[in-house]
Formats: sequence, structure tokens, C-alpha cells
Amino acid sequence: MSSLISFKIDGKEYKASKEETIWQVAKKNGINIPHLCYSEEPGYRSDGNCRACMVEIKGERTLAASCIRKPTEGMEITVNSKRAEKSRSMVFELLVADQPKKNKSPDPESKFWKWSDQLGVKESRFPSKDKIPLDRSHNAMSVNLDACINCGLCVRACREVQVNDVIGMAFRGSSAKVIFDLDDPMGKSTCVACGECVQACPTGALLETTLVDETGKRNELVADKKIESVCPYCGVGCQTEVSVKDNKIIQIDGKNGPANENRLCVKGRFGFDYINHDGRLTKPLIRKKDAPKKWDTRIDDKNIYDYFEETTWENALDIAANGLNKVLNEEGPKGLAGFGSAKCSNEEAYLFQKLIRVGFGSNNVDHCTRLCHASSVAALFEGLKSGAVSAPFNAATVADCIIVIGARPTENHPVAATYLKRATKRGSKLIVMDPRKQGLTRYAEHHLQFKPGTDVAMLNALLHTIVEEKLYDEQYVQGQTEGFEQLKEHIKDFSPEKMEPICGIKSETLKEVARIYAKSEKSIIFWGMGVSQHVHGTDNARCLIALALSTGQVGREGTGLHPLRGQNNVQGASDAGLIPWMYPDYLVVDNEKNQNIHEKFWSKEMDPKRGLTVVEIINAIHSDQIKSMYIMGENPAMSDPDQEHVRKALAKLEHLVVQDIFLTETAWHADVILPSSAHAEKTGTYTNTNRTVQIGRQVVPPPGEARQDWWITQAIAQRMGLDWSYLHPKDVFNEMCQIMESLKNITWDRLENENAITYPCESPDSSGSEYIFRESFPTENGRGKIVPARLIPPAELPDDDYPLILTTGRLLEHWHTGSMTRRATVLDHIEPEAIVSMNRWDMKRMEINPGEEVQVKTKRGSIVIKVRSDKEIPEGMVFIPFCFAEAAANVLTNPQLDPYGKIPEFKFSAASVLKTNNLEQQVI
Amino acid sequence: MDNIKKIHPGSGRRKALTYNKGRQPDDKSIKEVRDLIPSHYLHQRDLLIECFHLIQDRYKCLSHSHLTALSELSNLPLTEIYETASFYSHFDIIQEGEEPPAKITIRVCDSITCEMNGCKSLEKNLKNNLSKDVRVVRAPCMGRCYSAPVVEVGKRHVPNANLDKINKVLENKDLKPLIPNYIGFDEYREKGGYVLLEKCLSNFQDPMKLIEEMENSGIRGLGGAGFPTGKKWRFVRAEKSPRLMAINGDEGEPGTFKDHYYLSKDPHRFLEGMLIAAWVVEASDVYIYMRDEYPDVIKFLKNEIKKIESANLNIKTRIHFRRGAGAYICGEESSMLESIEGKRGLPRHKPPFPSQVGLFGRPTLIHNVETVFWVREILEKGATWFSSHGLNERKGLRTFSVSGRVKNPGVKLAPAGITIKQLITDYCGGIEEGHKFKAYLPGGASGGILPASEDSIPLDFDTLQEHGCFIGSAAIVVLSDKDNMKDIAKNLMFFFHDESCGQCTPCRNGTEKALKLMNNDSWDIELLKELSSAMMDASICGLGQAAPNPLLSVIKHFPSEVTN
Repeated sequence: MSSLISFKIDGKEYKASKEETIWQVAKKNGINIPHLCYSEEPGYRSDGNCRACMVEIKGERTLAASCIRKPTEGMEITVNSKRAEKSRSMVFELLVADQPKKNKSPDPESKFWKWSDQLGVKESRFPSKDKIPLDRSHNAMSVNLDACINCGLCVRACREVQVNDVIGMAFRGSSAKVIFDLDDPMGKSTCVACGECVQACPTGALLETTLVDETGKRNELVADKKIESVCPYCGVGCQTEVSVKDNKIIQIDGKNGPANENRLCVKGRFGFDYINHDGRLTKPLIRKKDAPKKWDTRIDDKNIYDYFEETTWENALDIAANGLNKVLNEEGPKGLAGFGSAKCSNEEAYLFQKLIRVGFGSNNVDHCTRLCHASSVAALFEGLKSGAVSAPFNAATVADCIIVIGARPTENHPVAATYLKRATKRGSKLIVMDPRKQGLTRYAEHHLQFKPGTDVAMLNALLHTIVEEKLYDEQYVQGQTEGFEQLKEHIKDFSPEKMEPICGIKSETLKEVARIYAKSEKSIIFWGMGVSQHVHGTDNARCLIALALSTGQVGREGTGLHPLRGQNNVQGASDAGLIPWMYPDYLVVDNEKNQNIHEKFWSKEMDPKRGLTVVEIINAIHSDQIKSMYIMGENPAMSDPDQEHVRKALAKLEHLVVQDIFLTETAWHADVILPSSAHAEKTGTYTNTNRTVQIGRQVVPPPGEARQDWWITQAIAQRMGLDWSYLHPKDVFNEMCQIMESLKNITWDRLENENAITYPCESPDSSGSEYIFRESFPTENGRGKIVPARLIPPAELPDDDYPLILTTGRLLEHWHTGSMTRRATVLDHIEPEAIVSMNRWDMKRMEINPGEEVQVKTKRGSIVIKVRSDKEIPEGMVFIPFCFAEAAANVLTNPQLDPYGKIPEFKFSAASVLKTNNLEQQVI
Repeated sequence: MDNIKKIHPGSGRRKALTYNKGRQPDDKSIKEVRDLIPSHYLHQRDLLIECFHLIQDRYKCLSHSHLTALSELSNLPLTEIYETASFYSHFDIIQEGEEPPAKITIRVCDSITCEMNGCKSLEKNLKNNLSKDVRVVRAPCMGRCYSAPVVEVGKRHVPNANLDKINKVLENKDLKPLIPNYIGFDEYREKGGYVLLEKCLSNFQDPMKLIEEMENSGIRGLGGAGFPTGKKWRFVRAEKSPRLMAINGDEGEPGTFKDHYYLSKDPHRFLEGMLIAAWVVEASDVYIYMRDEYPDVIKFLKNEIKKIESANLNIKTRIHFRRGAGAYICGEESSMLESIEGKRGLPRHKPPFPSQVGLFGRPTLIHNVETVFWVREILEKGATWFSSHGLNERKGLRTFSVSGRVKNPGVKLAPAGITIKQLITDYCGGIEEGHKFKAYLPGGASGGILPASEDSIPLDFDTLQEHGCFIGSAAIVVLSDKDNMKDIAKNLMFFFHDESCGQCTPCRNGTEKALKLMNNDSWDIELLKELSSAMMDASICGLGQAAPNPLLSVIKHFPSEVTN
């Protein structure tokens, strides 16, 4: 550290570093100076505009804002002088003049009123300004500019902290005003409703709509408790503070967790009321004897009792277990399978796979990671013997070059995206590779809009440049990798000039990008489903690994490989062994040593054969091999490709047990439905995309007779002859710690106290290792293996009948199959209907108007869906989010698998779009 | 139906957006913006205000659809575009469905001298006699106070304006600026111009010697702050390169017109001084920031710059020309830097000072137009030539912009330290007929007001502080017994209120509240004094700090005029 500076505050000597402001030093020493525009929270720059924190500095003509001014050697500062005090009070009096009275304020408990009261400024002698009408155009947030003090915290929140760039400060002088876009109503603007502004506002001028009445005044909803937890949605793992009143969640704020530093997105902040939705399952249900299963049955609240009847837990569990036992007795272990869920906790995932392996006696257990990053994990295992990220996404903060390929983090990992956007503001070069434009495009140095499905061609061209121009890291390649010579040989055929017509990116750009990546001191690669969900998904990931290994851009701060995990616990569920060929901690099942360990630990003989994967299990039902399934929290009827095929399989099952919080499309085909708990209703640990294990706490009780998932799984296990007696999730966690090396030094008590610990964790007092592969790789020879990739075309190419390329994915507001988010009021309000995104020139050509309904068709099936004119979509492509049951994208998708990761090709199907009036004509 | 909603709550109840969130650009506007704006402008953030000018000049307004198209093409967020455009008063932002403004805009100056000369009734008359394609708007000081009242019709200024004169301009469609008869490039060179610069460029001069000469002359920054020029050169030169330079041509202080005068007379003397200073501090680039109220200067200066570029006189320094857009605050040096960077003109916090962290974060030498105008003469004639002038123990020359109740208003080059008495008598032909000298503004709107009784104070830097005033840009406005001091103070406070950037509370809310209080028949003296203290102590920049000066002067010297 640099030397300290000595100076005086109110006559007393203090020392501080050069970086500290007067305000910070004062605060540290117990002098709390009033402040409004300054926030101590991470990411907020001092702006010094409100002038509530003025202090006197000897020898200076005017007062100084303590929040922005840094002391210098010998400076004499007076906080408690009359002059400074008068100035500070006057600032409050000026502001109070234009505020609504405290008892009519949107937030009488706000920072503004707290300070105002403390300074004794209750009234103002000044005349007030004209009132500004309320803006209630947004469903989630209420804008009351009468209470605005122009401190600009919301502007910094929106522009600098979250970098969503919607809020500004327009006009000037006393007309200066907070605006959205072109001074548009908030609800009509490009606002993505992250709510950071609401969290930052010191007056309540911006507030959750649920907390104010129609006049903009704070209502009676005041929390009776606040509980620290973690967000239930994506893999970012934002920590939250949940406010509860009368056992109902009323508000969620971001907490300063390692992955989010107080930030949240629209889902995490506003998407919490799905747990109160009328559609919650609160009683166990069993199928009626006279209700045969049909694949195309649609069940809703109206006809639910035509198919199911309510029963007791005892009865439901008996029927559930008996059905499983019956198939087990008749068919043996191969007749059973189970799907766990990446939405459940580590403990629940562990118990589930244990039940399958110990109770069902096979390895037929899988979960939706198969549909997400299976190919990434396959490539990572092949090359590096580890499927986890090598660096956290926060590494972007210090990276010089950031590649984002096949990922749309502003929609799917919004808080992670804030780190990337902030990095570009600091000067990092961002390179986005995505056939569609996206939220990061604005911040990118290069956006390579390559032709869909040509990832390998594009990436090999980069590798070619790296080899050709000798941009590789000779020393790193020699010391840490193998296979580079083969790559050199292999890559000869992939010159940028040759790849240009294939991938559609100019050879010069390809070279330039290769140079930026290779030459930057620290480069990091992020990828998502756009890389993995292809028949060549593993090859795509191999190329990315080759890029990092050949240039040595891994294992150091600010470098690495980061497959962005989709679900809150996809990392943890995989770690816990919800994989058909792996025990917990990725120990392969077809290995005698591993079998012995688990046989001993679980006191049960292990099936030496690998189990079946998600899509294979569905096929095995069709081929009469699998007769019964236990599905916990998964919705394959929506999430898996070729929906008709999946639903036919589910309907064909002799016995299906579904455990969920809602009557999902999968549950329509069940024999027994077991009502379980939502995330906010249970305690457990979750592992985010950064390998950070965090604790989620129960904030409200489950509704009705709904039970906790671990309890349900245990109850079934007990009925299958297992003597389980866990009393709390922590008992399960403790057992996991005994067998999982990755959890070394991580204990339940530590998580209770610290909320977050990253594995691997080297000691009981360390918060864990953000970076791995620093010295070597966990492969046998310690080297990372470079595996060259060939060009494999997508399984289904456009033709005359199906001239367009269909790709699928998510929307910002809807998560996975929409079972939670579509039942959350705010999220449903913003994205209420199924849509297909199309390019406007395609629309023009086909004479389709925005908002019109069209038929989208592939070889698997067709759906009718409304069109959105989407400026991010290139010509020749259409995009459908897979969350909408009424027009399910997965009716259309291609179940062709990547040969290594067994992941289906969700990102590429040949499709056609027909106007519905044409359709009618055809029908006639 | 109800039950279905339970399963999937959205189905059919609400409609999805048929486009992406927020405004969508339309093809026509995209084409228009693309055709109008050179593509490199779109990708250079600091040229955003120049983009606005191109659109405003062509379409007479900034429509929401053009702004949306500009956002799409430049990749800048809509909000960043809007907040910047709405900061400057020369941009007319038009919403969907709103009529664009009339083809011709008449701006009526309502700053102090023009108000004393009847601009209010002129504005009213104009509005009553309005034709459909003309609109009349008020505007702050146009830098032509010697010929008050002044209006600007299109880009043509009308001195000593009345209805007849204005109608004639309208009839003749003389809407372009009148170009003054200045000393051109060739003439300037013939008379020895650019010899000194060439000596510098061919290293026949020692920069350190030049700094010393400037220091010895005692010349100080003539924009108002009065920082010693030679010292500034020394400081900036000592900073890490690359270094930059900026010229503050935003002469907005009401009552000031000296920069306009010198530019209109001898622009190359200014340019040579600028390039010499740039050479001394080794600035790679110089940015000239010219206020939009001087369309004549903008027009001819750009041409003259081209000439010196073709004569290779700027081989060491690239020259960039930037147009202001109607914002007094951009005369504050750090606001000007923000504006040159294409942003809203918010003053920066100091420290750090621009000489260390200035334009684009680089060490920057900032000079007022007049300061560099004197460089050649001082260096040619020597430091003692400049310092030999002066009265009442003050040294050097000052250019006074005198307006108001004098017989011969205008630019007066006089010895520093001259008193108002001498200035009026010896330089301005005395007080206007029928008027009695009552008071004077020694430094424009910000410098406070002194009563006629205090007519023997030497006018210079540092001499007026003890009287609660300062000289600033040496804009002298002479008031008479016909002038109501309350109206004068209100005019000045209105100006500050109108021009406050809105960044800090004391200035944003203070000017607004002060103006409201000053509109009362009888002023609440105590409250105004308390408010003034907070504004002077706690405002970020000089605007808010100086805004209470006139009201405090009036309370001090003319209390009976503001209380019952």
C-alpha cells in the first residue's frame, strides 16, 4: 500500500489512504455526514451533486463535498462548523420545499426523510414547484418525480451499475428531469425492469408499485421480517434480501453477494409471486381409474378432476412407491428411470440420484443439463478432465478481451451481463459472436453475425490465424498442453479466406478478432446454449478450448473458459451426480474403483453400466424398455425436443410419479402427483455458474399440504425398502461432504454464516478459489488436451419446403419452460403471449404484419403463433422462445443428438412460416 | 376460461409487444439521418452535438423519429441522445404529432442591456405581428449589447432593433449572418503575421523563453478567472503528453462582447496566438469551442482555418472546430470540455484541474479568445510593453465591453485599474443624455453591482472582492436613475435560473427559489441572505456561487427598492 496521508477533521488527527474520500474517513471514525446522492454500495461512483455533505476546508473559499473530495497531507477539515451545518440544512430545506409532505410521501422511511429528520428540517420556507403527474405506465415500478431530488443515483444505477442505459437526466436547471429513453413513460421505454433504480432511489420517487397506493403514497405493506437468501432463477446466483409480511413475500432486494453485488434482474426482483398463484398444487393427486392416458390430453383447472382425485399423503406415497416397486420386480432396474432437476437444491439432487442408484438399482438418472451444456461438459472433460468453469464471470472485470459466443447474457444471465458491459466501459474489448444481434452488441468492438451452424468454420479460422501468424503462446503450449501439433496440421485447411464464404464473416475481421484474443494480456471466453445445442456442440466447445489452450488464456486472473450455466443449480445438480454415467463429483460409473467406493459408502451393489440420458430414456419408453419413471421438478413435456414424441412416451408409461409445484404439462401424464415446495419455501444449498455454493433459506411456509422435496424423496425411498432417516437438509449436506472431495472445507455451518463459499476451497477460513487450472489440469499427465474439430453441418438444412432457420431459446422475462415465470404477475405482464421473432424484410416479403398470427412448421409439427418484428433477427431466421405452452417451440425442434454430449439440436431446424389466411385456404 | 388462466395466466389476457421494447426506428428517418450525417460522425461520441446541428439546421428541429434513427445508427442509447440534446437551447425537440417550429426563428435578446432598452415590448410587438412562418423566442445575451436591443432573425443579427428593421430583414430574406470586414489571411501575412509562429515551428524560438516573457508581462486569463497565462503554460507543459488545448469562445457573460469584437476584426491574430500557445505546450490538438450565438464568426473562421491548414501553419497541431448550442454554462471551462466531448455541459469537480485531467482525460491548456489574441503582440513588443500600461498601481491593458446608459458604448481598450468615472468620461463620451448615473455592473451578470457613489475603485482583478464584486470578463453595464434595481436583479437572477445546468441543489433549486422570492413585492431579506450564503458556499461552480451577487448588492446598496 502507498503511504498514508495525515490530516485533521474537527481538530482531530486522522490517517487515510490516497483513495479514500473525506466522507469515508469520517464514517470510519464514527462521524456520519449527511448524504443523499452518494451511495456506499458497490459500483456507485461519487457524484457530489446534492451538496448535503458539505464540509469546510481551511484556506478554501468555498465548502467542499466530502463524498467526492479526497484529503491531502495536512488538510484541516471542519465538519461541525456553523457555516457547513447551515449549508447542509439549507440544501435539505430547498429539497423539502418541492417534496410531497412526509405523510404523503412514497417512502417516509427513505434515506431522505431520515436525514431530514435528523437535521431537524421538517418544513421549508420556500415556495414549491408545480406538481408532476405520476407515471404508472410500468407494471412493476411507480415513478413519482415530485419526490425526485435529481441526485442521479437512478441514472448511475441504470447507466453505470447495470448498464442498461435507459434512464437519463434531461433538460437543465430547475427543469432538469429524470427521463426514460426520449422522455417516454417508463412502461413504454426500453426499460428491462432490473429495478436497480428502485433499490438506489433515496426518496421513493422510484418504488415498487406494490408498495404505493394510486396517489403515489406509501401503503401499509411494511415487512415484518427480512431474510437473506439466493435467487431461484438462473445460474448467476444472485443473493437476495427477501421482505416478508404475514408469510407473504412483499419485496426482494439484491444483497451484496459475490456474484451480484446487490444487483438483480427483473425475474429475481419482481418474479416472486408465482408461489402464491392459484394453480399451486396443495394436495397429493392420483389418477382416476376411469381416466386413461392420452398423449394429447390437455388438463387445466376446469377438467383436472376428470383425470385426478385428491388423496392423503400416505395413500399417494404408497401408490407412488408401489408402482415403482412393481416395475422393479417385474422388469428389474432397467425398467425404471428418474429425472431430477437443476432447479432443486444440492441436497435434493443428491438424494434423488441416490434413490435411483440405490433404490432403483440403475444409473438411469438424468436432468436438463443434458439439454443445456452436456456437449460443453463432454468437451471440457475430454480436454481438461473438469466440467466446471475455470474462472468466474466476474473475471470480465479485469479481462482485456472478452469473447461471448452463443450466449445472450443480457437476457439469460442479466446480472452476469452487467459485469461484461461494465468491463467495456473500462476499456475491455468485447467480441460477440451470435447470428442474432443482442443486448451486448452496442458494447461490442466486433459483433460477428455468422451464419447459423457455422461455428466450427468461424472458430477454426481464428485458430488458423493463431497458428499462421504465430500468435500462440509457445511456452504455454510446450509446458501445459498436448495435441497442438495435430491441431497445426489439421487447421491448415481452414484459412479465414476459405472460411469466409462458409461462415459469412470477412476474413480480415476473423484475423483481427484472432489477434485481439491472442495478443490481449488477459482474454476470457463465455459461451452458452448457442454453442452447445447443436449436433456439433462438442466440436464447438473443443474449438473454444483449443483457442484458450493454444494462447495460454486460461488459469490466470482475467482469463479462462466459462460456459454460462442456465439454471440456478445446474452446476450443483451435476456435481451431486444427476448424470447417468457419473457419481457425485464426476466419478464415472463404469470404473471398478468408483463402484467400490460407492458400494461401500451407500451399502448397496452398484450397476456397473452407464445409464440412459434424457432423450435416450424417452426413446427407451417407446421401445418398451422403460416402464416407470419418477420425475422431480422437471418438465420434459415442454423442455425436450419433438414434443409429440415426448408426450407419447410419457403417456405410454405404466407408472409415472411427478413431483412439482404446478400441474405441469408433464404432470398431465402422471399417475401420482406429489405437491412440493417452491424455492422460497425450503432451505438448501445451490451452486452457481461460478462454482460458488450458496445457501437459500426458507422465507415462507409451503401452501396447504405441499411438502419439501427432500422429504418426499425420502418417503418414497423408505417405501422402497431404504432405511433413510434424514431430519434436515443439512444431514444430507453432511453426508455429501463425506464423499465429495469438491466440498472439502465447506460446511453447513460455514454456509449459514458466510452465505457463499466457492469450491475448490483450500482451507476452512478461505472463501474458495475463483480460478482453477493455475498450475496444471486434473488430467493424468497434467496437460490440457487440444482436440481439433471438423466441419459438421446441422442435421437438417433449409430447403424449398422449409426455407427458414428456426432457433429457440429464452426471453429475459421467462425462465425455462415458463412454469414459474408465466405465473409471476409482473413477468407475465411484460411477456404475456407466445411470439415468433422475425426479420422485418422477411416479413415484408411474405406480407406479414407485426402482431399477425402465422403458422410455423417443421418436419416434426406446426404451431400457430403471433409475429414480432424483431430488429435483432437476421434475414432467413426465426426465433421462438420455448416457454410458451400454447405454442410450444419444442413441437418443432429437431431431436438429433450431438454424438458426444447427447444434446439435441435446439438451435437449428429448417422451418417454414405461412400466413394463417393462406393456411385457411389450404385447409379449404 | 378463468380456469385456463390459472394454468397459464397470460393466455389471451394481455397482448405481447409486436416489436422489441421501446421506440423503433422507421426506414424513412434512418435514410434521412444516414444521408445527412457523415458516417464517421456516427461513431465518434464527441461529435454527437455536431450531429444534432446537422439535423437541426436541415430540418429546423430534432424530431423523435430522427433521434431514434440517430440512436440506431450511432449505437448510442436513446436516453443519452435525449439528455444531451435537451440540455442545449438551440435544439428544438419535437414529439410525434407536434408541429415542427416555424421556418424562421426570431430570437429576442432579453439580457440586461437589451431589457433596459425595451426588448420586452419589442418581443410583445413582434408576437402580435407574427406571420405564420415566423416564431419569436427569447434568448440570452448575443454579445452585441452596444447596439441593444438586439434580435437575431434566422442567423442575421439586427442591431438597435425595431419592427421596421426586422420586417425589412424578413422581406429581403437576409437570414444569413452578415460577415464583418476583417483582416484576411493574405493581408495579415503581408503585415508580418505568422512570422513568429513560423519561427516557433522551425524551432527558432525557445518555448521556455516565451513562457518567461508571458509571465513577465503579467497577462492573466481574460475570460474572467484571471489565472496568470505564463504560469498556465508552464504547468501544462510539465504534464505528461499527449497534451491538448481548448479555446473558450463561449463568450456568454451578459454584457460581454470583446471576443466577438477581436475575432471580427483580426481573426488571424487570434489563430496565430492560439497556435503559438499550442506549440509551447506541445498540444497535439486544439479544439475551438465557439458559441452558436456567433454564426458570423463560425462561418468565416472555419474558412480562415482552412487557409492556415493549406499553408501548413498547423503542422504540429490539428485544429478542431466545435459549435456550441446555446448554453451559458459551457463558458465554464470544465463544462466546455464536457460539451466538446459531446455531452451535457455539466461543470466538473475540481480538483483535478483541467491542466492535469482535462479534455478526454488529457492535460489541457484552456484559453479565452482574447488571452491568446494578445500573445503575438506581447511576444513581439516584449513583456514590458504590456506591463507598462496601467493606472492606479495596476498593470497591463484591459478590454472593457461597455454598454448601458453611456453615450458611446462599445469595446474600450483601456489601462487596467481605470475607474468607472474615467472610463465613462474618457472613453464613452459621458452618461447618456437625460440619464443620471446610478450604479454599474463591473463584471457582467455575475460580478455584482456597485452604486455610483463608489466610482473611484480601480477596475481590475483582485480590486473588487472587498466590495463584494469581481471584474470577470470586464463587462461594464452602466445603470441610471431610469433603471429599477429590483428589475435589474430579477433580470440577472432569471438569467442564472435559466442557464443553471441543474447539477447541484444549491444552484438548481436556489436560483429557482430565489427568483420566486424576488418576484414578491417585498423581499424576505433574511431568507434571501441565508439562501445566498448556501449558494455561494455549496454550489459546484462559479455560476451558482456568483448568482446571488446582484441580489446581495441590491440589498446592500439599494434596500429601499426591494422592501416596503
